[in-house]
Amino acid sequence: MILDLIPSTLRMTTPLGFAALGGICSERSGIINIALEGMMLIGAYGYVVGAHVSGSAWGGLGIGIGLGIVLALLHAVATITFHAEQIVTGVAINILALGIIEYLVPTKERVPGLPELKLPIIGSYSILVYLLPILMVASHILLFKTPWGLRLCAAGESTEVLKTLSLSRAKWQYFGVILSGILASIGGCFLISDNHRFTEGIIGGRGYVALAAVIFGNWRPLYSVTACLLFGFATSFELTNPWAIPEQLIKIFPYILTMIVLAGLVGRSRPPAALGKMEP
Amino acid sequence: MPPLLAICGFFLLCGIVLILREQNPWEFYTTIFISGFSSFDEVGSVLFNSTPLIFTGLAVAIGYKGGLFNIGCEGQLYVAAFAAAWVGMHLNLPSVILVPFCISAAMIAGSIWGAVPGFLKAKFGAHEVINTIMMNFIALAVTNFLVISVYREPDQMAPQTSQVHEAARLPRLSNMLPFLSQSNLLDASFLIACLCVLICYIFLKHTRWGYELRLVGNAPEVAEYGGINPRTVTVWVMALSGAIAGLAGVADVMGYRHRFSDGFSSGWGFTGIAVALLGRNHPFGVFASALLFGLFTKVALDIELILEVPRGLFLAGQGLLIIALVCMEGISKRNN
Repeated sequence: MILDLIPSTLRMTTPLGFAALGGICSERSGIINIALEGMMLIGAYGYVVGAHVSGSAWGGLGIGIGLGIVLALLHAVATITFHAEQIVTGVAINILALGIIEYLVPTKERVPGLPELKLPIIGSYSILVYLLPILMVASHILLFKTPWGLRLCAAGESTEVLKTLSLSRAKWQYFGVILSGILASIGGCFLISDNHRFTEGIIGGRGYVALAAVIFGNWRPLYSVTACLLFGFATSFELTNPWAIPEQLIKIFPYILTMIVLAGLVGRSRPPAALGKMEP
Repeated sequence: MPPLLAICGFFLLCGIVLILREQNPWEFYTTIFISGFSSFDEVGSVLFNSTPLIFTGLAVAIGYKGGLFNIGCEGQLYVAAFAAAWVGMHLNLPSVILVPFCISAAMIAGSIWGAVPGFLKAKFGAHEVINTIMMNFIALAVTNFLVISVYREPDQMAPQTSQVHEAARLPRLSNMLPFLSQSNLLDASFLIACLCVLICYIFLKHTRWGYELRLVGNAPEVAEYGGINPRTVTVWVMALSGAIAGLAGVADVMGYRHRFSDGFSSGWGFTGIAVALLGRNHPFGVFASALLFGLFTKVALDIELILEVPRGLFLAGQGLLIIALVCMEGISKRNN
């Protein structure tokens, strides 16, 4: 029975994982990103349009990521250049993305999915499923073991450090936010690639679950993606539901867990010290 | 000044979009005017659409004045609506008792939903934004469970409860005002909203608690030296904010649908953020900007029907409007 859950768990985890890695990139650089949900949505929209027009999944992925970058740039310009309140901007971007989808009404037709890779024992999955663990390890190394990542993190730990090194904090923050747009929109693309068509409410709060995973995983790629795996498992459990537990009860599991961790009752989550702070 | 600029920008943007769609922008503006102001009934509909936004806008504004970000209004109004519906269904009392009962139940439910993140912040320093988001999802899931599995209207497919008793309903204003037609939906919850605006204004400006709230919001250290415990204030401000947000649920259950219906709110909790922002967190400003957003809601439907412009235009425009506002606020803060 548990074995049956593996494929659906992986498919549930992948979009969350990409978005969570995106959330980490932005928040590690000190910019709060509530807009993951909107970035996933616009990525999903871009994929549908791109794949429908070009007839190829790669076209879809390209447009999806492109739109994700545009939305991320909007967040970056508002929060970094204009010092806009980061949480409000994030909420506004989610509203904007929702409005764009309602205005442009994506096609409901079937679109091609990304190629799958068949491995013995594990089975056949979209290449993005395999890309996630690779990116997870890569971002862990990049963030914590290279000068590049240390600078990105320094931007999130203090408003002053980069200035004393005569580096631009804004530059690294732009970088972090744009990365988050790319990664979150890939998460959205995966959902369409997996589903083959756009349905209303396809993101369904996954951006917020990913945000919960970022916090739950203490802003660290390895832990956060593991948290996504846990949440993904809970979701696929909800779908099969062998013990007739009310589905809503399983649905709130990630949220309650996050609140407990955030309160420091189990372990302690410590956000980047200068998260959401701008130099005066 | 910035709010007016943002609104002008919004209408200008809509005009540009209309030109891009090769439609006549003037037609768009006149449709807005006709749909919003051409008769008492249209104005009544605008006020009807504004009512929940007045409550959520006030809730966000009160939190903001106290230095807190309540983006959990959506969840608070859901649990409150359910509480109101539950009391309205189960107690059979005369109206004078039942109506205050329902409203109090809703406010208590909303305030509990708000106080939890407040408590977690005061006690453990957990950020209220994350916790209010989490509480939103928990509220949606819990009410969804209750309405589907426990209190669903018998022999019905729709995820909604049975109707509340006649005595628990707020009267429609068309019964009292002859110039409104009988089909006009405007109900007494609008009057409650107006009262709420006044009370919030007096509360913030002229009471000790209002002073404490503003002091904690502006300078928590100063408040502490002044003998105010910012942690206590944090908890009750969130509770108060949740209670006011809960009134938006009351408006829907007792004034309009007369039952709890799953997914009844079209993002009022989130629009409340925009309402508060545009109204500069001042009760009267909130009232004015809620009317504007009520107009948007009303007009978006007519524009879709008459000019075939999807209502997403207004939602997207709303998003851009908020971003423009916070950018202007950020710039002026940096320049000072």
